[in-house]
Amino acid sequence: MTSDEDALMLGEQAFRSRFILGSGKFSSEMMRTVLEHSGAEIATLAVRRANAGGAENILDSFPPGIRLLPNTSGARSAEEAVRIAKLARELGCGDFVKVEVIGDSKYLLPDNTETVRATEMLVDEGFVVLPYMYPDLYAARALARAGATAVMPLGAPIGSNRGLLTADFIRILVEEIDLPIIVDAGIGRPSEACAAMEMGCAAVMANTAIATAGDVAAMADAFRLAIAAGRAAYRAGLGRKLEKGAEASSPLTGFLER
Amino acid sequence: MKVNGENVALEKTLDLSGFLVLRGFDEKLVAVERNGEIVPRGSFADVVLKADDVLEILHFVGGG
Amino acid sequence: MSHWTDRAPYLKTMQTIESGILDEVLGRVAAYDYSAYGEREVRAALAKDRIGIADFAALLSPAAEAFLEPMAAKARLETRKHFGNAVALFTPLYLANHCVNGCVYCGFHHDNDIRRARLGGNEIVRELDAIAETGLEDILLLTGETRKESSVEYIGEAVKLAAERFHLVGIEVYPLNVDEYAYMHACGADYVCVFQETYDPVRYAEVHTLGPKRVFSYRFDALERALMGGMRTVNFGALLGLADFRKDAFAVGLHAHFLQRKYPKGEMAISIPRLRPYINNATENSRDVHEPQLLQVMLAYRLFMPFAGMTVSTRERAGFRDNVIGLCATKISAGVSVGIGGHGQDEEGDGQFEISDPRGVPEVNAAIKARGLQPVYIDYVRV
Repeated sequence: MTSDEDALMLGEQAFRSRFILGSGKFSSEMMRTVLEHSGAEIATLAVRRANAGGAENILDSFPPGIRLLPNTSGARSAEEAVRIAKLARELGCGDFVKVEVIGDSKYLLPDNTETVRATEMLVDEGFVVLPYMYPDLYAARALARAGATAVMPLGAPIGSNRGLLTADFIRILVEEIDLPIIVDAGIGRPSEACAAMEMGCAAVMANTAIATAGDVAAMADAFRLAIAAGRAAYRAGLGRKLEKGAEASSPLTGFLER
Repeated sequence: MKVNGENVALEKTLDLSGFLVLRGFDEKLVAVERNGEIVPRGSFADVVLKADDVLEILHFVGGG
Repeated sequence: MSHWTDRAPYLKTMQTIESGILDEVLGRVAAYDYSAYGEREVRAALAKDRIGIADFAALLSPAAEAFLEPMAAKARLETRKHFGNAVALFTPLYLANHCVNGCVYCGFHHDNDIRRARLGGNEIVRELDAIAETGLEDILLLTGETRKESSVEYIGEAVKLAAERFHLVGIEVYPLNVDEYAYMHACGADYVCVFQETYDPVRYAEVHTLGPKRVFSYRFDALERALMGGMRTVNFGALLGLADFRKDAFAVGLHAHFLQRKYPKGEMAISIPRLRPYINNATENSRDVHEPQLLQVMLAYRLFMPFAGMTVSTRERAGFRDNVIGLCATKISAGVSVGIGGHGQDEEGDGQFEISDPRGVPEVNAAIKARGLQPVYIDYVRV
């Protein structure tokens, strides 16, 4: 199999890159540079009230061919998420939406119950829905049943750069859910993005880790390489760990009649 | 009117398109919700504003 | 409706359900070439934390026979992780041996000249009371396959009687429809055994010469219907030795795997019967599956499905049974009589197969304890 065949399928669309870039905390010019270095073909963005006098148009930052993935940040309920998603669609960048419902302003953890409801409603409205969620197996199953296109569990609290704190639970989703699992939030270093990909995640999303790096463009390169390396390792099949000395015990199979 | 949470006096009869231009918005870059309903982008000129309208004018910004 | 695997048309009483699992399983089994796996794949599988389908395929291959000891070590860890020291005890009670099917390997074959019998209500009570005396709390009720002598109502009444005396009641009867499983569940049954015997449709047709059992797909879908009917646990099994045992074992694992994914609430359990001699089948033999192969299959099941219950049959000798509990098996029968009756009264009808471990409950209980394990009579409280 060539690497060209290893496409990330989301809805009807195939992507070569498995890096989803969050567009927060970048200037327009920086955004273009980061996109180029990251190789990302998908970028998220948010919907906010417009100020009179019109600031720069963020859409100018994205070259054609970049799939825009509006999020529903700011939504505290399913209904608000649906409202924001519809406004985003009205702004004219397609049917993809990253559902994000956060009802806790202290920890900013996603509300899985509302997220499932929002996903159900948005799938009914014809959206391609990628829900951001806390990695809970039942919620992930409910999202799959609701018609989500992928599931986006958090690795650690949003913006925390603390890595894959939820690795064991994300691994369960990788095993049990027949949808692309995309780690969103918390990834702080390329090594963590690589680990998520080795585990079998379909893609990784990052924003703060790059936006707050010393050299933003170089860090975008590092993430691109790490994600590709993790994916290649996953596809190659990990080798065995060397055992730390054998357990001394009498043979377990000596009773057999051969 | 209430526009993005602020009180705005409607001084003359205006359609939505005219209002956006007057306030310095680029029609092509915003989505508008009027009294909770999305106004389709092609039809801003067909909507005549009323004094008690509630408008939300939105656009894309960077976000993760 | 019928499936290409069926050698008889669906009877009017047989329900069909929407399920892609049969095609998924048979497709993968057809493509399974165990000779393609070598030492490298087996070692790789043994090094993994989670055994996937390809690893399971490797562990069932002839190449893995040389790795029984490391497989056993890993399986024992998994068994301890998921089941602790617990070994569940149960016993089967045969209610009737009338049967309309012709299974060439089975003592209950329709054309066999054996003593046929069916326990009446009072006899069932006498048998159940005698078994309850031994302290057992888990009972499996069995009948031959016929809706005539062993009607749904008859089995349902027996389940009710059993549920009054036991914490856990299972049924191993002919495949039922969803509403009938729901009825059995309402009567007090919690688990269902339907063994596919072999997942090779051609071989299946050869050894099942008569009766509704020739509808392969209706039998295959039975455990899914049982889950749809609200049953808590479904019990799979291939009669190893009937066909290519490696492919059949692979099929059992996949069947359970896909059913578990579709019905995550359901509990999966596996039995590992292998062929033993019967009065009418001198030409059938179990030469293919010796103890090492049987253990290989059991260990591969455990590693692929660490969460699944596994029952070891009384067809196996005591020395084998005592060694596989704690290693991979989690459930063991005791005080078994495979005839009709034989607990509270004399046996009235002939048995289905020959048993190799005649020990009663106290002896099996003691054997479990002697291995440092904990005999468990009540696994959970039915609510």
